[in-house]
Amino acid sequence: MPHPTEQRARIRSVALASAAAALALALTGCSSSGDASASADGKITLTVGTFGTFGYKEAGLYDAYMKLHPEITIKENPTTVEGNYWTALQTRLSGGGLDDVQALEVGRISLATSEDLADAFADLSEAPGVDKKDYLPWKWDQATTADGRTIGLGTDVGPMAICYRQDLFKAAGLPSDPESVGKLWAGDWAKFVETGKRYQAKAPKGTYFMDSATGLFNAVVSSSTVQYYKDGKLAYKDSPSVKTGWDLAVKAVHGRTSQGLKMFDTPWQTAFSKSTFATTVCPSWQQANIQQFSGPSNKGKWNIAQPPAAGNWGGSFLAVPASGKHVDEAKKLVAWLTAPEQQAKVFQQVGNIPANQAAHDLPGVIDHKNAYIGPDAATGQIFSTAAKAIQPAETGPHAQDLTGAFSTGVQLMEQNGKSPEEAWNATVRQIDSTIQ
Amino acid sequence: MASTTAPSRNGPAGRQDTQPPHAHPSGPSVWRSRLHRWDTKGTPYALVAPFFLVFAAFGLFPLLYTGWLSFHRVSLYNVDRAEWVGLRNYADLFTGQVSHYFWNALLNTFTLGVLSTVPQLLMALGLAHLLNYRLRARGFLRTALLAPYATSVAAATLVFALIFSPEGGMANWFLGLFGAGPVHWEAGRWSSQFAISVIVTWRWTGYNALIYLAAMQAVPRELYEAATLDGANRWQQFLHVTVPALRPTILFTVIVSTIGATQLFGEPYLFGGQSGHQGGTDHQYETLGILMYDQGFHSSMLGRASAVAWIMFGLLLLIGLVNALITRRLRATQ
Repeated sequence: MPHPTEQRARIRSVALASAAAALALALTGCSSSGDASASADGKITLTVGTFGTFGYKEAGLYDAYMKLHPEITIKENPTTVEGNYWTALQTRLSGGGLDDVQALEVGRISLATSEDLADAFADLSEAPGVDKKDYLPWKWDQATTADGRTIGLGTDVGPMAICYRQDLFKAAGLPSDPESVGKLWAGDWAKFVETGKRYQAKAPKGTYFMDSATGLFNAVVSSSTVQYYKDGKLAYKDSPSVKTGWDLAVKAVHGRTSQGLKMFDTPWQTAFSKSTFATTVCPSWQQANIQQFSGPSNKGKWNIAQPPAAGNWGGSFLAVPASGKHVDEAKKLVAWLTAPEQQAKVFQQVGNIPANQAAHDLPGVIDHKNAYIGPDAATGQIFSTAAKAIQPAETGPHAQDLTGAFSTGVQLMEQNGKSPEEAWNATVRQIDSTIQ
Repeated sequence: MASTTAPSRNGPAGRQDTQPPHAHPSGPSVWRSRLHRWDTKGTPYALVAPFFLVFAAFGLFPLLYTGWLSFHRVSLYNVDRAEWVGLRNYADLFTGQVSHYFWNALLNTFTLGVLSTVPQLLMALGLAHLLNYRLRARGFLRTALLAPYATSVAAATLVFALIFSPEGGMANWFLGLFGAGPVHWEAGRWSSQFAISVIVTWRWTGYNALIYLAAMQAVPRELYEAATLDGANRWQQFLHVTVPALRPTILFTVIVSTIGATQLFGEPYLFGGQSGHQGGTDHQYETLGILMYDQGFHSSMLGRASAVAWIMFGLLLLIGLVNALITRRLRATQ
């Protein structure tokens, strides 16, 4: 029989050991796990954080880069929804765990280049292989800080067009070839809404002219040089484009020419395959959605026409967090991914319009035809013309939040049956409560 | 205290390596008895220490840190540049810019809580009562009850979002059978809260039914036999035998469900799709949990989100207090 004291002592030491183990667990629990990226044989793993579809994997660019640089392995960490991606990115800016390359949406670029955040990202203007004059000048300027550091290289821009259903237009007695359709609303968004009324008067049963009035609102704002900011200040209340967009959205809602769907939500996706709406605002990245959600049975039914006014909706940048372990290698990768040849490949694969203007002149871009849309719609021609016509608008730190607040405001009228006044007041309240 | 290997005062410590030599002038037996006392008193603490250390790291520290943050203006992306604002965040919530959303969320938390908890517990009680009788396939039925509980919130919510979808959802198809028009479930205040309550109820009814069932099986059979002899039917037995015997269990489930309802987040968040982060376009089903997320992670205002967190904590403390009072009264009446 063991000595009683000794036995207790052993129990106690076990207890203390487990307590120590628990403490050690607690202390190491939060530490970063990023140390594993550089292994003993000099191999480097670069991680790329993206949202939506950047098309690098689809175009085989990661594999191509790894072949060129056998010492590098690339891992993409994709997120579907940009909002979730941005939330995670902000958390990691404080807490660590950033990817070596981080994508930034155009609505966030003003905040990312502000004093608050710019230091978190490396300067890419002098990175090897980067040629400033390749990029669309306004795109380059958007990612450049007040003191001249360029923290993001443009991946794509979102020149707008209108995508429409030829079969539904025909059924409603409207012209259906791209040129005549474009003429229906050339030069004025109000004409677009008027066309909606014409469509609705003879519309096939159960169909609407447009998917969502939020799309219309955002398109009107996107095609103006004055959006939510003026002279560095929040100025949405006096912005002509916000007023025009809002009034047209009200008309579309009251004329019941919009199906009132929430863009990007599941019912919106379903509605594509059910062919319940005849038009959707079509920034270049929208082509991928149309093809994916409308499905093979609707091939050839969509076509694409010039919008009432040229504009830019969306588009992104690639940035390199300055705290990364392989900043130089990451810079090289970003310079390569945004170079003309690579952007052209992405365009051919997923339809993102290059932010790199040198890419537009490469074969296979300007003469590109989309086999799903039209019969062989000249999407390359349409979008690269639109991209060069884009007049950059002033943006600000909360641009993305404002887009969100106004989309919600229009939805309040469409979905929740609020009057325009109620919806406007709710939008202002939302903005006042979140933007200080 | 008997010991076979007690060393002499100046001798080697022997195998008692926990005892230093020349420890105390009054002799090893005094020292040892003191050690023994520490042992009996201290060991339990040492044994529970791991839990409390983990709790301190993952429970207490975040709690206090959140409290500290709630007095600051701080954004998600640079927490180290917090700016002291005193009670501003709380004032904003109660009377300031966000008060509209705060009171709305508090009310929604309450209505969603009632909508999802009350029918849930009543149904669970009824189900448990039925399962307590000899039924065919009783084992299968009891297992089946637990299946929704084992389903993840995300999976359940996505399925229910499809059922309540305006684009060919099953709920509207069902209403159509009776000639009722399609309902835009997600857009309306009551229809959306009803839909979310259905998800919560579906997930938790079986779990509570099993708890009730376990408690019911502890009710002596003789009580039911006596009641049967007295001519009580099943309903009367349920009302006058089962429910009184289950009182403490019912109280327990009420408390647990209330706490769950106060923290409701996943179901409304996922049900809302694109606008889930703010509990619907019109904030029509925004709960306190959603408000906290929206302020902190969507609008990047951690200080304000922390204030919401502390208000929720206060609410839970209040619920706990009410619980303690009721339990004491129940005990006094028994």
